[in-house]
Amino acid sequence: MVAVKLWGSLRDLAEGQEVVEVEASNFKELLDALAAKHPALKPQIDRGVSLAVDGLVYRNSWFTEVRPDSEVVLMPYMKGG
Amino acid sequence: MNFQSSSKQDFKVVGTRVARPDGVDKVTGRALYGADFNVPGCQVGLILRSPHAHARIDNIDTSEALALPGVKAVVTSADWGVPEDEGLRDVQDNCLARGKVLYDGHAVAAVAAKDMVTARAALKLIRVDYTPLPHVTDVDEAMKPDAPVVQEARADESVPEGSGPNVTHYCEFGHGDLDAGFAKADTVIERSFTTAATHQGYIEPHACVASYGNDGKADLWCTTQGQYLVRDLCAGIMGMEGSQLRVTPSEIGGGFGGKTTVFIEPVALALSRKAGRPVKIVMSRVDVFRATGPTVSSSMDVRIGMTKDGRITAGEAKLRYQGGAFPCGTVDMGAQAAFAAYDMEAVRTRGWNALTNRPKEAAYRAPGAPMAIYAVESVVDELCQQLELDPLDVRLKNAADAGTKASYGVTFDQIGLRATLEAAKEHAHYHAPLGENQGRGLSCGFWFNFGGNTSVSLAINADGTASVTEGNPDIGGSRASISMMAAEELGIPYDKVRTFITDTGSLGQNDVTDGSRVTFAVGLATIKAARAAIQVMCARAAKIWGIDEDAVIWEDGAAKPSGPNAGDFEPMTLAEIAAISSETGGPIAGHHEVNAEGAGVSFGVHLADVEVDPETGATTVLRYTVFQDAGKAVHPDYVEGQMQGGAAQGIGWALNEEYIYDEDGRLQNAGFLDYRIPVASDLPAIDTVILEIPNPGHPYGVRGVGETPIVPPLAALSNAVSRAVGVRLHELPMSPPKILKAIMAQG
Repeated sequence: MVAVKLWGSLRDLAEGQEVVEVEASNFKELLDALAAKHPALKPQIDRGVSLAVDGLVYRNSWFTEVRPDSEVVLMPYMKGG
Repeated sequence: MNFQSSSKQDFKVVGTRVARPDGVDKVTGRALYGADFNVPGCQVGLILRSPHAHARIDNIDTSEALALPGVKAVVTSADWGVPEDEGLRDVQDNCLARGKVLYDGHAVAAVAAKDMVTARAALKLIRVDYTPLPHVTDVDEAMKPDAPVVQEARADESVPEGSGPNVTHYCEFGHGDLDAGFAKADTVIERSFTTAATHQGYIEPHACVASYGNDGKADLWCTTQGQYLVRDLCAGIMGMEGSQLRVTPSEIGGGFGGKTTVFIEPVALALSRKAGRPVKIVMSRVDVFRATGPTVSSSMDVRIGMTKDGRITAGEAKLRYQGGAFPCGTVDMGAQAAFAAYDMEAVRTRGWNALTNRPKEAAYRAPGAPMAIYAVESVVDELCQQLELDPLDVRLKNAADAGTKASYGVTFDQIGLRATLEAAKEHAHYHAPLGENQGRGLSCGFWFNFGGNTSVSLAINADGTASVTEGNPDIGGSRASISMMAAEELGIPYDKVRTFITDTGSLGQNDVTDGSRVTFAVGLATIKAARAAIQVMCARAAKIWGIDEDAVIWEDGAAKPSGPNAGDFEPMTLAEIAAISSETGGPIAGHHEVNAEGAGVSFGVHLADVEVDPETGATTVLRYTVFQDAGKAVHPDYVEGQMQGGAAQGIGWALNEEYIYDEDGRLQNAGFLDYRIPVASDLPAIDTVILEIPNPGHPYGVRGVGETPIVPPLAALSNAVSRAVGVRLHELPMSPPKILKAIMAQG
């Protein structure tokens, strides 16, 4: 299981949980599992999210590995100027 | 030899200050910008814009305009379908209004005519029946329950029940127990701030030429930060397949985030399709201000607690941003960045986005971060004043470091904030004496940086030179940096490499030039492409020598036998291998395609000295120094240029720049005479100190540098002005009348 930290405003969409545990070995599996476990998160996931794995931020990298001991933080989709 | 994972620390080309490849073209006028492009038979395109801040469009009658001799086409939103994708629909509706005009300057219709005179006359013949509607341009007003409704039902699922009808997005970040944190504080300060919307202020207006053939294939030439994004948006709006639209970027005269979307390009394509001729549209400066995206404006509350010895115990920020008439998520970035510079046990940021009757927000360097960090850094400075603490020591005491859990949730890896602060503390600027009516301010700044989709092709030419083809418009010196990294990797001189920026038909997808990503991501792909070419060259040498490929290494621009074969053959240089490439297997090239990850975050610290005239309220910036972690400065001139440019834009944001609307919601200062950006005579020579804390995610340690420098100036200037005049301002810009009013109010 991978522990995924949600940002504050997503917690209400995940039954108030700050950290959600899902079975996943990569970015894509993690998002799919999150959406399946907490369907209210799906609109945000569909709009786009980033994933910080052990401090590095990934955007749309489905095959990025996540391990049970990884620090995984869901973040809004990054954009810049 | 492992060609894909080796990392390099000793540099011969990287880190030097080679000649700029675009310098001569730009100073002689040879460089071709968006408006310089022309094709035979090109028609003039002009756009009719709304005179109302908010109105229903009851009818558009284009018959008289179409009947005017010389008019080839008129288009409205009816010429397009309605995209299912909400984001694309918003972009399209911003290009040509559908049903309602949402802000002063919103495009309503467009004409293509044989010349400018005819096009202008035709615009006057388009009859639009409007029913004016109530409008709102202020973010706090827009968030009220009874505010005029800009667009119905645009809130996403994050918006709490009971929010006003214009609130489209809500976010929250943080960790720890705020109440417990504030209870530990000896002093707690809570303040409210506002910042104005500011424009990116690029000197080159948007311009494009569209040519839509009667076979359904089209070409578009335009000034943009991302030709692939332009292609994708335009193809979506026009109902085309991406392969049938080729977009070629021009030289770009500034973008700063403002050219990361489309405004006129789909309109030109629609006109060209209808007219059966090429169409050129060049925006006026007035239209650029009225109808392209400035940054968000904000209203913010910040509360921070601190102990007597300068330890921050808790921090809280509420950020209210407006990004114009369409939903935007910029507040997410601000809410994550607000406290990023601090190692905090208890921190919480909340953000709301509200619709207003203003132009659709576009990105502007570090979108969302400057205003949030301005508010936080102002309160930190006021706490330092109240507690009589050195503001740099307080930053050092609380600085985020490797292992810090950032306020937005991640644990930082190797970051350069502490080194940057220490460099500032040791710098002579921080210890220089100040005179009467003078003040010194400082601020930290932060930006995330990212990588993204990148495609690079590198060709080894038969004459021993190399050509790099990449797909990101050069807005800050990337052609030089890319050539330098290619030269470094290949082991040949910089002047043997030239980098070209190509059209959408020539390479795979490239994300927009934004997010401080190009030197990092395109550089990474270039290094990998060069290593792929080197692998081919080593293989060719191995065949010639009759030895195993693995027994050949690449050193100093030449293939050399190694291991048991070392010394058996004379090294073959790149030029020697290239010269016989035809005989040894054909052209030699390398390419690399990647969704680059591993961009390291960037921190900066700015010091500003100002003098305020107590009789006029005018601020003079006396001295300014930027300290920033660049990971590895590939071309230090360009890195310094980014640091200086960001500082200059931030100084303008702090002191003068603002969108001013009248009671009718019409923009009052749509020109550089009334919208005051700093010019050279307004600024001192901006000093720079580059720190190099390598980013482990890049072979050379590169971090993006383009966005962080615009973040600290807002607070650095505000803190300096507040210390100079003895009264703290909570509003940007700090234009002379506002400063004078604050001085007079304190008596």
